[in-house]
Amino acid sequence: MRCGDFRETYAEDMALFETAFARRAMFAFLAAMMAVPWVASAFWLDVSLRVLIAVVAATGLNILTGFTGQISLGNAAFLAVGAYSTAYLAGHWNLPFPLVIPAAGLITALVGMIFGVPSLRLKGLYLAVATLAAHFVIEFVASHWDSVTGGVNGISIPAAKMGPLVLASDRQLYFLALPVAAGLLLFARNLFRTKVGKAFVAIRDQDISSEVMGVNVFRYKLLSFAVSSFYVGVAGSLLAYQARIISPENFPISVAIDQLGMIIIGGLGSLLGSVFGAVFITLLPELLRLVTGALSTTFPELTTLFASVKMGVFGLAIVLFLIFEPDGMAARWHHIKNYWKLYPFSY
Amino acid sequence: MLDVRGIILHFRGVAALSDVSFQVKPRTIHAIIGPNGAGKTSLLNCISGVYRPQHGSISFDGHDISRLTPSARTKLGIARTFQNIALFKGMTVLDNLLIGRHVHQHTGVLGGGLYWGFGQREEIEHRELCEDIIDFLEIQHIRKKVVGTLAYGLQKRVELARALALAPRLLLLDEPMAGMNAEEKEDMARFVVETAEERGTTIVMIEHDMGVVMDLSNRVTVLNFGEKIADGTPEEVQRSKLVQEAYLGEPTDLSA
Ligand SMILES: Nc1ncnc2c1ncn2[C@@H]1O[C@H](COP(=O)(O)OP(=O)(O)O)[C@@H](O)[C@H]1O
Ligand SMILES: [Mg+2]
Repeated sequence: MRCGDFRETYAEDMALFETAFARRAMFAFLAAMMAVPWVASAFWLDVSLRVLIAVVAATGLNILTGFTGQISLGNAAFLAVGAYSTAYLAGHWNLPFPLVIPAAGLITALVGMIFGVPSLRLKGLYLAVATLAAHFVIEFVASHWDSVTGGVNGISIPAAKMGPLVLASDRQLYFLALPVAAGLLLFARNLFRTKVGKAFVAIRDQDISSEVMGVNVFRYKLLSFAVSSFYVGVAGSLLAYQARIISPENFPISVAIDQLGMIIIGGLGSLLGSVFGAVFITLLPELLRLVTGALSTTFPELTTLFASVKMGVFGLAIVLFLIFEPDGMAARWHHIKNYWKLYPFSY
Repeated sequence: MLDVRGIILHFRGVAALSDVSFQVKPRTIHAIIGPNGAGKTSLLNCISGVYRPQHGSISFDGHDISRLTPSARTKLGIARTFQNIALFKGMTVLDNLLIGRHVHQHTGVLGGGLYWGFGQREEIEHRELCEDIIDFLEIQHIRKKVVGTLAYGLQKRVELARALALAPRLLLLDEPMAGMNAEEKEDMARFVVETAEERGTTIVMIEHDMGVVMDLSNRVTVLNFGEKIADGTPEEVQRSKLVQEAYLGEPTDLSA
């Protein structure tokens, strides 16, 4: 049984993991994740890498939408900004990835902040429409600024490298993406234990009263756009290193909607929820593909229907979650955990 | 300490405040009374910056604050509570208080995200200050509770706690005892007096309960239909004919 409250200092009370057991479980989980490249096939390695990238992007979106309450449909575009920045910095300037990735994040943060300015006046759906405008502006720039983006034909990206070290394969990139994702999750977790993160949540709960409590609401909304877009930019950078060639087609609006789906299904305002949601939404089409593949011998027409089946299942999953678990998979996880914490005395 | 001059505030032609002036002296408890709709809350909103009056000026410690945003006024040391509680309902009591420490903290995105070192040290320091206030207002038992789940009277107390976490020099309270039972009122009255005496905080308080006003306040300003109709010590105000008429439509003894 893991119950009772025996904390004696404030530092202990504010600790990252509630118990030593939880900390050890987390390290064990990370160790298991490190083992993935040795056991996974090329197919699953590609999927795992995309899951990690989605985790970073969904965490970024959750910081803005789940924690600060600012709905954004600009995520596909911000992902593109991170990816094109990577193409430019790594391609034109030949910079090593330890510089390229954070720089791509910072460039995206700046762009995100600019497109966050309408949040001064707009809320909810109106803000969503304003960020949708951001999407189309960035898409337009990506398809027409040929000298930097390669236009509609796209642009290729050299393999991630630093001196003699080259990360070209999915397996090699996995060892870069895993610590990046884990580090950024830890960073976000810490952020919400301190001043800035708490101010974000306060703005989501009550913006007028936040202002009266001395939170400069507009500044912190922009800051939330910046931090969120930094995460998305880093995800875009990893995506570019994996794809090696990108064009505007990699960043349709459906990517932004998928990511909103991730945080809704995973849990708005929950970091764990971003992870669950990213895993679920990334795996969903792959699992469907396996199922339709297996059934295609008996129902050959299924393969042609795949795209619509995928959309249907995605929509259905969101609707079911909104009805039965509006707080997302993370909330379900907490229920289960609390149940076992008190087992067998839970009722 | 606070100097309000010639405030005129109207909403689409409807006057909420017409030419209201009054002064608050340091380290006093200053009550604002008046019938419903008299403009008391509007006046507080003008002082804290939630409303912008069309005319008039407000100065705090000799500085004109009329043009400052609410958050900028808070940074100068003005805190407030709301008539219909405006806590962060989804957050714990402790987190609500920590938001009160916002203006006194310096951790940025990097310091917070990297945490160990500066961020943690600052968090603990401010946690201790919040715990002092939690002890002062006797809300230890609910510090980890989510505010939205608490009873009304407790929420009012948490809102006072959050305002005190700001360590303000001027505290604006909008009907802090409304809707409370006698015992809760007594506690709240004690907290208000102790805040003024022990922390040296100047308090402007809107209150309906005449008994409380007469007991606690050093000075009283009376509003009626957006106009100031009296201003003085509780005794002076009580004797004013205008006030008695405003309250009951005819001259009556308020102390009765
Ligand atoms: N935001 C607002 N919009 C329109 N009218 C308002 C607003 N706030 C206050 N008023 C009006 O101003 C007058 C004074 O209200 P208020 O300050 O709340 O009075 P009190 O707090 O003394 O009961 C009322 O007539 C009210 O309808
Ligand atoms: Mg009022």
